[in-house]
Amino acid sequence: MAAWETVIGLEIHAQLATESKIFSGASTAFGAEPNTQACTVDLGFPGVLPVLNAEVVNMAVKFGVAIGAEITPISVFARKNYFYPDLPKGYQISQFELPIVGKGQLSISPEEGVSKLIGITRAHLEEDAGKSVHDAFPDQTGIDLNRAGTPLLEIVSEPDMRSAKEAVVYARKIHTLVRYLDICDGNMQEGSFRCDANVSVRPMGQEELGTRAELKNINSFRFLERAINYEIERQIDLIEDGGKVTQETRLYDADKNETRSMRSKEEANDYRYFPDPDLLPVAVTEDDIERIKASLPELPEQKRQRYIDNFGLSDYNAELLTASRETAEYFEQALAQDGGQASQLANWIVGDLMGALNKSDLEIQQSPVTPEMLAGLLQRIADNTISGKIAKQVFEAMWQGEGNADDIIESRGLKQITDSGAIESLIDEVIAANPDQVEQFRAGKEKVLGFFVGQIMKQSKGKANPGQVNQMLREKLK
Amino acid sequence: MTKTIKQIQQGLAQKEFSSVEITQQYLDRIASHNSAINCFITVTDELALQQAKKADAVIARGDARALTGIPLAHKDIYCTDGVRTSCASRMLDNFIAPYDATVIEKFKLDGAVMLGKTNMDEFAMGSSNENSFYGAVANPWDFERVPGGSSGGSAAAVAASLAPAATGTDTGGSIRQPAALCGISGIKPTYGRVSRYGMIAFGSSLDQGGPLARSAEDCAILLQTMAGFDPRDSTSIERPVPDYSEALNEDIGGLKIGLPEEYFAEGLDADVAKVIETAIEEYRKLGAEIIDIQLPNLNLSIPVYYIVATAECSSNLSRFDGVRFGHRCDNPIDLEDLYKRSRDEGFGDEVKRRIMIGTYALSAGYYDAYYLKAQQLRRLIKQDYENAFEQVDIILCPVTPEVAFKQGAKTDNPVSMYLQDIYTLALNLAGLPGMSIPAGFSQGLPVGMQLIGNYFDEPRLLKVAHKFQQATDWHLKTPEIR
Repeated sequence: MAAWETVIGLEIHAQLATESKIFSGASTAFGAEPNTQACTVDLGFPGVLPVLNAEVVNMAVKFGVAIGAEITPISVFARKNYFYPDLPKGYQISQFELPIVGKGQLSISPEEGVSKLIGITRAHLEEDAGKSVHDAFPDQTGIDLNRAGTPLLEIVSEPDMRSAKEAVVYARKIHTLVRYLDICDGNMQEGSFRCDANVSVRPMGQEELGTRAELKNINSFRFLERAINYEIERQIDLIEDGGKVTQETRLYDADKNETRSMRSKEEANDYRYFPDPDLLPVAVTEDDIERIKASLPELPEQKRQRYIDNFGLSDYNAELLTASRETAEYFEQALAQDGGQASQLANWIVGDLMGALNKSDLEIQQSPVTPEMLAGLLQRIADNTISGKIAKQVFEAMWQGEGNADDIIESRGLKQITDSGAIESLIDEVIAANPDQVEQFRAGKEKVLGFFVGQIMKQSKGKANPGQVNQMLREKLK
Repeated sequence: MTKTIKQIQQGLAQKEFSSVEITQQYLDRIASHNSAINCFITVTDELALQQAKKADAVIARGDARALTGIPLAHKDIYCTDGVRTSCASRMLDNFIAPYDATVIEKFKLDGAVMLGKTNMDEFAMGSSNENSFYGAVANPWDFERVPGGSSGGSAAAVAASLAPAATGTDTGGSIRQPAALCGISGIKPTYGRVSRYGMIAFGSSLDQGGPLARSAEDCAILLQTMAGFDPRDSTSIERPVPDYSEALNEDIGGLKIGLPEEYFAEGLDADVAKVIETAIEEYRKLGAEIIDIQLPNLNLSIPVYYIVATAECSSNLSRFDGVRFGHRCDNPIDLEDLYKRSRDEGFGDEVKRRIMIGTYALSAGYYDAYYLKAQQLRRLIKQDYENAFEQVDIILCPVTPEVAFKQGAKTDNPVSMYLQDIYTLALNLAGLPGMSIPAGFSQGLPVGMQLIGNYFDEPRLLKVAHKFQQATDWHLKTPEIR
């Protein structure tokens, strides 16, 4: 059996976070009553004309600059002609031959220590279509044009990814980037960030690309991975059974975890692209680019490097902390509260906090434990008020809403026992109760020390300072 | 009843008559003659009288603006809030526009009264006004002949004095050709001078609105209101609007008029040529220098035009799909049926023909050979004019190869119909302003003369036309209507 190589390219539609639409003044807010946010321009009424929202150009250039892409000095809007009820004008205004953002690239790290460059072919501006509503009226289809005219940036990658995992890492990285740049809210459930995947397979070592299928309707990263993996398997099975992959668009069905044919290449439209005579070419000058460059926030890549260089964080922690703007903000806020050592703080965020967030399906900005609270907890570890082990209990209580670290330590009496008299009496008790183990230790069996420490900590309900216990125990057992 | 806008302005100012009175006179004439001429699709008599009454109050207060109380007719291609805007198509027979076109809004602001909406070729596609869902329009000089198109209703209404002036649009000659065939004056401004917002699009890169009136002087008054930058039209140009009426008084001594030899070649009716030659003599007398020029790529303008205009219209007319407004077929069985039957029933033959040509020209595999090539040739045509304007101030030529033809004479041969526009459509490809003014008669029918100006040189164009009209009385001739 041949070994197969998978080839994946992604087309990502990022909805640009403008207040008004790309060619009209109507609002872009999500979730309004059907057809209440569509003006005559969005409805494609006779005689109306589009006027470009200048903000979308800024946003597209921001993205282009962030991926080090060529910015097209004069880009052109074109009409993509096809009939569909949710496409009011009978054409979509998009960019075809001259997209605003040209070639760029993005470095991804699919595994610790591995880095790979993914080429970005282009990114272009276009308007979104409306929505067909199939379940509102019996035997009829409703059209909701609220979304029509919402600005999109379509980011097209080269077919540079070789596994579903790489595709997900790349998509996440783009997701992080557009949110850092504040040009897209990244909400996949509401369709603000959508991924289409072009997937093909070829025998390992073959130059020529296999026939691809385009997967649509994927609204989470988890589904992206599943859809691609399903499709890879389907194509390999098909070929190994003597069949042929046909070029087509396939819809991903998350409930059944499968992809289904939507339309083949033969049924595809001839879009008859031509420059839109209603819109002027878009000029972006060197000055514009410089101005936008200067206004960029610190990008995830730069931030990650700074965390490693300045705070001594591990690659892994730095990557996770910068994976979203909100996580990085959380980290930096806690750090500003003098939350102890940066690396220890990073461990707490990446470990306990993220674990708890995942379990409760919460975003970091919804965390019941605020950066101030976490910093407060870490201070108590640093000043030896509590041990790291007790800190876990305190964290759990903070998560449950019992107050900040000091309140919980106080009310639960978790303060570490550092009084040597109290520790000494605990040690004496345990030594007296275990003469056999004392013998063993004195006979040279060092390991038994752990047993004593465990017993003492148990007696103190974990509150005894472990360092002190260790030291005093050794003295006593001599 | 052959008053000019200028005369009505004076009459209203001197209280010779009120706006209600003059409006009622036009409405009466429409009532008597529209059934024979068919130049109005919709007569908004009640609205007109309401507006006139308001205008009279404004005049009485002493707050009159340039056009307060002046009745006008509008081509049924301009969206008018609350009034049917049909584009002479069955497709929009039921369409009440929910907003005013910028041009309409500007006329309202300046106090004008709307008499109604004029007939036209469906979606402005045609040169005879025979392609209207509401029937052909008669030429007031001879009811058996066409008034020209596509602004045929506007031209006929003005020629027959059913309106003192009217708006039109010009994509390939649709203001100039009907003005010529009906013996009135009309100007197509520089592309970008008048907002296209609310003007139902035919060929977006060619369409331009302008007035049709009894004189160059009236055209100047109306263009003053129509022109100007509109933030709602990205192709309108941000540039101050000069005082067109003021410019009329300037001298034309030393004017250089170019005669392009290609316009006076084969195909031009000998009688029409004679009329134009006499007009040229008149300009010589007025002190102009006459210079022969060449526009070597003029012969390309018909094929180029019929690629560019049809390509754009094939896309512009896609929105008429029976889904949100306009004609929808009865009981569609599925989506495709809805599209096919709604469009088949809603559009007339000429519109369908142009949608098909344009769709073909943009199709994969043909785009480079047709659309792209046409755009390249368009630049050559534009260059010809740019070169010519380095030598001369104004280009003078005929508007049409012949006088108004009989209804039905060209309906079976689209190409001979397209040739009607051979002298006019190159201007739209270049985006230049052009005028048509009456120059004389042939076989008892009006002959128009075309004046072409450089970009934004409307003041000079209007002035040159005005001087001719001061020296001659062709523009004062009116048809006798029984």
